Amino acid sequence: MSTAEVLDAPTTETLTIGKALNLGLRRAMEDDPKVVLMGEDIGRLGGVFRITDGLQKDFGEDRVVDTPLAEAGILGTAVGLAMRGYRPVCEIQFDGFVFPAANQIVTQVAKLHARSRGAVPLPVVVRIPFGGGIGAVEHHSESPEAYFAHTPGLKVVAVSNPVDAYWGIQQAIAAPDPVVFLEPKRRYWEKAPVDTTATPGPLFASRVVRAGDDVTVLAYGPMVKTALQAAEAAEAEGRSLEVVDLRTISPLDLEPVYDSVRRTGRCVVVHEAPVTLGLGAEIAARVTETCFHSLEAPVLRVGGYDVPYPPSRLEELYLPDLDRVLDAVDRAMGF
Amino acid sequence: MTALRQETDDADIGDAVEVADPVPGAAAPHLPQQPDLVQLLTPEGERLEHPGYPLDVSDEELRGCYRDMALVRRWDVEATALQRQGELGIWASLLGQEAAQLGAGRALQDGDTAFPTYREHGVAWARGVDPLHVMSLFRGVDNGGWDPVERGFSLYTIVIGAQCLHATGYAMGVQRDGAESAVLAFLGDGATSQGEVNEAMVFAASFAAPVVFFCQNNQYAISVPLERQSRVPLYRRAAGFGFPGVRVDGNDVLAVLAVTRAALRAAREGQGPTFIEAFTYRMGAHTTSDDPTRYRLAGEVEEWKLRDPIARLEAYLSRSGLADAAFFDGVEAEADELAARIRSGTVDMPDPRPTAMFDAVYAEQTPPLAAQRAEFEAYQAGFEGVQA
Repeated sequence: MSTAEVLDAPTTETLTIGKALNLGLRRAMEDDPKVVLMGEDIGRLGGVFRITDGLQKDFGEDRVVDTPLAEAGILGTAVGLAMRGYRPVCEIQFDGFVFPAANQIVTQVAKLHARSRGAVPLPVVVRIPFGGGIGAVEHHSESPEAYFAHTPGLKVVAVSNPVDAYWGIQQAIAAPDPVVFLEPKRRYWEKAPVDTTATPGPLFASRVVRAGDDVTVLAYGPMVKTALQAAEAAEAEGRSLEVVDLRTISPLDLEPVYDSVRRTGRCVVVHEAPVTLGLGAEIAARVTETCFHSLEAPVLRVGGYDVPYPPSRLEELYLPDLDRVLDAVDRAMGF
Repeated sequence: MTALRQETDDADIGDAVEVADPVPGAAAPHLPQQPDLVQLLTPEGERLEHPGYPLDVSDEELRGCYRDMALVRRWDVEATALQRQGELGIWASLLGQEAAQLGAGRALQDGDTAFPTYREHGVAWARGVDPLHVMSLFRGVDNGGWDPVERGFSLYTIVIGAQCLHATGYAMGVQRDGAESAVLAFLGDGATSQGEVNEAMVFAASFAAPVVFFCQNNQYAISVPLERQSRVPLYRRAAGFGFPGVRVDGNDVLAVLAVTRAALRAAREGQGPTFIEAFTYRMGAHTTSDDPTRYRLAGEVEEWKLRDPIARLEAYLSRSGLADAAFFDGVEAEADELAARIRSGTVDMPDPRPTAMFDAVYAEQTPPLAAQRAEFEAYQAGFEGVQA
């Protein structure tokens, strides 16, 4: 290719979330030789979801490490590598398997920067495919975000689309703090055009993804698509929903939410995780504290029931869907 | 008997016996054939030679070992007293483990890194950490005041065994850097039951990481004796992970020094991990909150007093003429000075600034936490000028 052809080459390509993550990881590894990927089956196999496909072949076994099958081992050695100046990116194969590593994440990863008064750097990324909807057996459909959001010292983000997946993973790796990076596994195959030369917005910021006037609907990760579908359906019924993709779960970025709720007066929070003490509870409290005089209705939550994630033949009844979101919207409008 | 002896003389049977009961570490060039208990100094202070561990120390270093152990013990006694007087929240005494810690600590070279538990005051001393930076942790001022990067001595780890994985990961980084340095992970006998410690040994073995696991077997995990943690001598666990294990007399500073040096050297040279079991005894309580009379007999403690790590080196130095009364008097005077400095430094230690808790939660402060900090400051400012 001539230089002119390279310059003219299209920089926007249509990518799935999975491929966007793969390219984002590749670019992060090219940009910084200290980036090391670690996880189970991520090397030769390319990961069970193929997110790291081809990376070991191109970057070698020292940078794309097929670890022993031990999640605490992955996170604990990542802490040591980070202390030594590396930027480990750990893949937890499925959400339900993060709990063996929870000790390292909560007692070590989250606290070492504070304990050392900033002397110990911990730029560790924990990638977790999360949420349900793929017909899996138990422990493969969990939404553990609230545990981590409740832990000071961690940052937690959830991506919902290929553009955020591509840029978000790079920004999480470049961030100086530990980031739990939640990937909506049932949306891995969703496609969108990604401009790989664009200037991305900040990682820790929420974003209005659909403007509306009647009710503010908040979602993150896999539920953003559900919320947008609900907004489409509501429009047909003459109801205007504003949809906010929270994107960052810790720290929360609620200013755009407050702005929205002050206009709409109504707010519905949607997530797959059980409602009790979930993100919705925190958001409802904050929106109520901040927008009390603007609210026409209590903040309503739509989420999983307070049961262990059910066998997959029941998961469609457990997971929030378009109808449950619209039902909550109706209730909010009914006040 | 005769028949049996003849049978074992048979080469095939002899081989079979060795396979059935392999000697851990036998294949490692830096370890001896018979690693049951490496000892270079008897409890009576007599020097022994060990074919696997020729000791290469100067007279100055020998005196240095004594001085370090005596000073650290004095520090420990002072800290226990300070806790009793309400100046520390708690203290984890190292009494009886001075040789294990100073031997291991002095085996480290510049560029090596150690990952301690919460009892490694002797290693902290060997790494040049100011005792007051350890006291501040136990006083509740901070979580350890030293710079872990500068000292090559990580912060104390309270969660049992978690640091073994950090050490292994750090060693994997050393490997990637192509550096010729080693990592020393400290753990206790109780920690060998932790999943994370076992995962650390799996990772270390799989990647041949330059890490040495230094286990001070002080016989008790708070109240639970070793028998509940392991049905085999701890050093023999190493064979199952695929690297050498060695048991050393943990009350013999010379043996610990020699064994740890050899293991660290092997790690630096790319021979992978070693597990060292330093066989010792916790002479004091687990911490100042513990009452060991509930779970062990006084006679047992008396027995271990006869194996005191400092007394045996003192006996050797005196008998061999390497140190005279003036030397020992000098160390004692130095210990008194140190104790006085630790006492006044601890008692005079100011409480941390109230907002310090918000300082380094993140490398990049978050807006919600900044707001919370501002609220806290405003609330606290409301008390200014109020009479207590």
